[in-house]
Amino acid sequence: MIGGLFIYNHKGEVLISRVYRDDIGRNAVDAFRVNVIHARQQVRSPVTNIARTSFFHVKRSNIWLAAVTKQNVNAAMVFEFLYKMCDVMTAYFGKISEENIKNNFVLIYELLDEILDFGYPQNSETGALKTFITQQGIKGQLQTKEEQSQITSQVTGQIGWRREGIKYRRNELFLDVLESVNLLMSPQGQVLSAHVSGRVVMKSYLSGMPECKFGMNDKIVIDKQGKGGASDDAGKSDLGGGSGKQSIAIDDCTFHQCVRLSKFDSERSISFIPPDGEYELMRYRTTKDIILPFRVIPLVREVGRTKLEVKVVIKSNFKPSLLAQKIEVRIPTPLNTSGVQVICMKGKAKYKASENAIVWKIKRMAGMKESQISAEIELLPTNDKKKWARPPISMNFEVPFAPSGLKVRYLKVFESKLNYSDHDVIKWVRYIGRSGIYETRC
Amino acid sequence: MQEWANQLCENRQFGSKMTDSKYFTTTKKGEIFELKAELNSDKKEKKKEAVKKVIASMTVGKDVSALFPDVVNCMQTDNLELKKLVYLYLMNYAKSQPDMAIMAVNTFVKDCEDPNPLIRALAVRTMGCIRVDKITEYLCEPLRKCLKDEDPYVRKTAAVCVAKLHDINAQLVEDQGFLDTLKDLISDSNPMVVANAVAALSEIAESHPNSNLMDLNPQTMNKLLTALNECTEWGQIFILDCLANYTPRDDRESQSICERVTPRLSHANSAVVLSAVKVLMKFMEMLPKDLDYYGTLLKKLAPPLVTLLSAEPELQYVALRNINLIVQRRPEILKHEMKVFFVKYNDPIYVKLEKLDIMIRLASQANIAQVLAELKEYATEVDVDFVRKAVRAIGRCAIKVEQSAERCVSTLLDLIQTKVNYVVQEAIVVIKDIFRKYPNKYESVIATLCENLDSLDEPEARAAMIWIVGEYAERIDNADELLESFLEGFHDESTQVQLQLRTAIVKLFLKKPTETQELVQQVLSLATQDSDNPDLRDRGYIYWRLLSTDPVAAKEVVLAEKPLISEETDLIEPTLLEELICHIGTLASVYHKPPSAFVEGRGQHKRLPGSGGSAESESPDAVSAGAANEVAAVIPSQGDLLGDLLNLDLTPPATTGPPPHSGGMQLGAMDLLGGGLDSLMGDESEPLGGDLGGSPAMGAGFGAAPAAMPPAFSAPVSGGLEDLFDLGGGVGMPLGSFCPPKTVWLPAMKAKGLEISGTFVRRAGVIQMEMTITNKAMSVMTGFAIQFNRNSFGLAPAGPIQVPSPLSPNQNIEVSLPLNTVGPVMKMEPLNNLQVAIKNNIDVFYFSCQYPISVLFVEDGKMERQVFLATWKDIANENESQFQIKDCHLNSDTASNKLQTSNIFTIAKRTVDGQDMLYQSMKLTNGIWVLAELKIQAGNPNYTVSLKCRAPEVSQCVFQSYEAVLKN
Repeated sequence: MIGGLFIYNHKGEVLISRVYRDDIGRNAVDAFRVNVIHARQQVRSPVTNIARTSFFHVKRSNIWLAAVTKQNVNAAMVFEFLYKMCDVMTAYFGKISEENIKNNFVLIYELLDEILDFGYPQNSETGALKTFITQQGIKGQLQTKEEQSQITSQVTGQIGWRREGIKYRRNELFLDVLESVNLLMSPQGQVLSAHVSGRVVMKSYLSGMPECKFGMNDKIVIDKQGKGGASDDAGKSDLGGGSGKQSIAIDDCTFHQCVRLSKFDSERSISFIPPDGEYELMRYRTTKDIILPFRVIPLVREVGRTKLEVKVVIKSNFKPSLLAQKIEVRIPTPLNTSGVQVICMKGKAKYKASENAIVWKIKRMAGMKESQISAEIELLPTNDKKKWARPPISMNFEVPFAPSGLKVRYLKVFESKLNYSDHDVIKWVRYIGRSGIYETRC
Repeated sequence: MQEWANQLCENRQFGSKMTDSKYFTTTKKGEIFELKAELNSDKKEKKKEAVKKVIASMTVGKDVSALFPDVVNCMQTDNLELKKLVYLYLMNYAKSQPDMAIMAVNTFVKDCEDPNPLIRALAVRTMGCIRVDKITEYLCEPLRKCLKDEDPYVRKTAAVCVAKLHDINAQLVEDQGFLDTLKDLISDSNPMVVANAVAALSEIAESHPNSNLMDLNPQTMNKLLTALNECTEWGQIFILDCLANYTPRDDRESQSICERVTPRLSHANSAVVLSAVKVLMKFMEMLPKDLDYYGTLLKKLAPPLVTLLSAEPELQYVALRNINLIVQRRPEILKHEMKVFFVKYNDPIYVKLEKLDIMIRLASQANIAQVLAELKEYATEVDVDFVRKAVRAIGRCAIKVEQSAERCVSTLLDLIQTKVNYVVQEAIVVIKDIFRKYPNKYESVIATLCENLDSLDEPEARAAMIWIVGEYAERIDNADELLESFLEGFHDESTQVQLQLRTAIVKLFLKKPTETQELVQQVLSLATQDSDNPDLRDRGYIYWRLLSTDPVAAKEVVLAEKPLISEETDLIEPTLLEELICHIGTLASVYHKPPSAFVEGRGQHKRLPGSGGSAESESPDAVSAGAANEVAAVIPSQGDLLGDLLNLDLTPPATTGPPPHSGGMQLGAMDLLGGGLDSLMGDESEPLGGDLGGSPAMGAGFGAAPAAMPPAFSAPVSGGLEDLFDLGGGVGMPLGSFCPPKTVWLPAMKAKGLEISGTFVRRAGVIQMEMTITNKAMSVMTGFAIQFNRNSFGLAPAGPIQVPSPLSPNQNIEVSLPLNTVGPVMKMEPLNNLQVAIKNNIDVFYFSCQYPISVLFVEDGKMERQVFLATWKDIANENESQFQIKDCHLNSDTASNKLQTSNIFTIAKRTVDGQDMLYQSMKLTNGIWVLAELKIQAGNPNYTVSLKCRAPEVSQCVFQSYEAVLKN
């Protein structure tokens, strides 16, 4: 198991050091600094073995978090834990920075004592932790006996992510379908790979211990209902996903730990008791029938040894009534560029020498439109034999629909003990599609 | 959330004067003195501030242990925050001040009775972290209570505490019956308690491989599977990792467990997913392949694996290393998912390299066009390692998918045209492999290659180019000039290039004898007279003699047709792969090494169910298991071993002939060339014609091939050895040095009827390899010969193996082979592993075995007392390792005598508090000294051995020998 956990600043100075196992000595702290942080070459692996001691590290801005062990630990777990540790710290004091860590080091030690026992991760849900680890540090004395046992049963309980007795005057929930669409296209316009990775993020402000059921236009479910003549709950509480009869094939999905996985496995229904506040309900991935919001058509021509002509056309490919925003096209330029002249029909374009790219920005663009940029790039003559690698043209944008075609069909809330019903809950749904890695080779 | 944080920040700024960062800044002199005063202050607030300062100093590595009594004095407080800080301090320094630590005990014991469960848990948690022997006695009672506490939070903390205590004093935990209580907790009503109990038990069980502590039976399995649905993500990981150790009774049970585990594949936590994959991969072995469910399961595995690739880069890396293993074991799972492994421009380099590896594994005729297009893109990237690997990958595609070979070659030629130095060199290395795979097909490109001769500065590329020139000398007009140009700097070249040059010129001579006589004489005299490298020299002699006595024979030997190289290279050796599959998700799977390679202490080798050993199961899966068994050959990809065998010095003759005289040309070696070596090399290697470094795994063999694995030793052997150590007394041994009983090294079914069992022993200063050779085949066996691969201590046969041939069917014979330690050395894993090739008239067989390191202890291993003392002090403490020998009932004198027979010499004896301390020394054949301190307490069957050695790698083996010798 994890033998110790260190946090360093960018210089390699130790900010936090907590050792859980006897086989990790103080020299481990220095070994990591010398061999990884101060290493001459860039780190080539997130796992490093130095003198039979293994170091796992992640970096957040310029802070290094390193977990150390001498055993054959579950490596995936260690990384998951490090990410979780970052989440917990962010939830407590905001951005992970040297200053914040120094300001909160007592708190961090307290957290580390609680969420990692002898190197074994324990309950690390911030919702639960905040009930008894606070920055005031005096909570321990104020608790009544009932409160205490409520805390312990929540921390260890089956529903460790939610406490009892939550009350809201207005029961409300917000559902965001956030997708990032990824594309790699060949210069000829052939899709080399495309996938959507999506997340359903929920903010729930619900009283009591509500039982929720979430439905979407999952092909497997829709097909099943079509065949079996079907349950009628589909239409009743449609959340306005539109008329969308068509269903989508989901390659895979993963769920927050509140979702009953065995139920999903057997019935493919998504039911859960939600945590309070904001959390990520599910992640999913699709690869079939993706709507690619933009198409990039590049044309690069080398004119002699000192000049390049670049023409890039972008075409928007969605309903004309919708608007894409924050569009940015990044056209890489060779390292020996001496000057660039750009002409674009729409938006603003600039050559950024420090980034070796022409950046073309368009605020808004409706569907089914096209726009063009052309540039002349002058090059300094070099005797460098190596050809320019021609990195791909990348794009950023935001569109108000889900490129995967996912639609929320319903989200039902049941709370048997309190007297509010599904109809009393105010629900909001929003779809946002963003570019992930959206690249076209040129 | 953000708001909440902001609010808190404000609280901090306005509500209190403290920002903790100031504690990091004090570095004045006399600081300790000031802190001392503050700690003893009456004001609570000031005390707390002082403790914080102390903790901050501790963090940055300052020694504040002098404040111990003052800090401990602050412990008696009802301020929980202060208490936690003091506890933190205690955990760090208690070990250095054990007597003072006792002062804290009372508070702990009191806190364990506190009405607040959070405080009870805090006390028991902290107490377990204070690693002071004396404290442990006081810990027992509170711990016992806490394990039965009404509050689940306290119980789950207490469960982990048992593991802590076990780490300090294992015996105490057993004596106090905590293990039973812990087992009871598996049935606890609270899932988190169950998960922690499982984690603690698994860890304890690991240090007692045979204790059957984690008694996994269908009932407990059921409990665990139920808890799995209810506990935290971390708890699910503990439980899944534990489930993976279970071996189901039959395929039905196996299927039902799989069904209950598959829902975990949808968990958001990647570690849960990977651990679930591990369980499924393992239990799948038990399922009959024609079962519908088997197919369903295969399909279910792909999507979650692909999803792992959208995790953060560090997790992607872990996932990719695991996918690499999974693809080798079950290629069908991901065969349609090639695209997801395409490299993204912004992937970190470690992700890129791993993806490339998997792309090649998945390359097939169906997707080769896409793969090639990708690889070509990659070859223009910036990172040198990545580009090289991409070029190499193109070559591997050509070899793997014949239809694509032509396209690959033209891609490679395009890349050579770029003139980027490292691209050109890499391309030439792989083109050479393509020539070997498809002879007489692409030789038209040779001209282009020759143009780049001058730019080659890496040995691999030079060697490859020379090989090409030699091999196709008849088509290259100026071959002699080209080779001659290399000859000028012969002595500055690396061995690889020298070997290649020597052979290439011999080839050239055989093809164009008239013009090149001078050249060949020149190279042979360079190789034989001016070189210290035995390989270069001896083969030089062989060529020379061959050329001068019988040029026709020489032609037959040197220009013989070469066997084609195999398609799949750098595959992980099957037994190792099986073991790694059992470790999916863990570090072992990331390193692609068995845990024993990087974890101290004795590890068990895990195996997949069904394969290996468990032949008693009569279920239908026996068939599939059997098939797996055959794949899992005793020795790796033959290539690896062959490579090393080829590099062996040829002096120990493998045929029965006159004993060799030292140096020079030997008839024995000649014989060897004729028949012996050819057959010894098997058909995968080439006859003498080209010594391309020996390995057919060319493409992978060069450069930074990632999966250069230490070949794991064969399972039956390791199993045998483990059993052996567990035998305990019992076995009556003749006087003299320790000799373990024989174990089967080479089972008859794997060696066409030849069975070999054996052991090692040291007699009168000579190491003997004692073997029983049994002929279980139907026909007679003759012509036995033996060779060893390079090994850690240079063990080699001192003479030929004496088998009075012929060995008729069902006859067995005892053979004792004396060994010396002057053979070539290469570090093995484990250290005492020995790989052996044995040949008879039927075939060549390979097996590996382990020798007790005690056979290497020499007779003059007794150190002078003074020297011992000085050496002991001189060796750094990191090099000391401590081991426990359990259940040994000898008094110190008997033990000492027993050890002496195995050349472990007692130098001094001291008795302190009824404890006998024996100071001992031994010396290995290669001059390494090992110093030992053996602690024996009257009435306690557990001994402690501390070993100090300048080469700490040997400690583990030495310890095993101690245990074996003492217990026999």
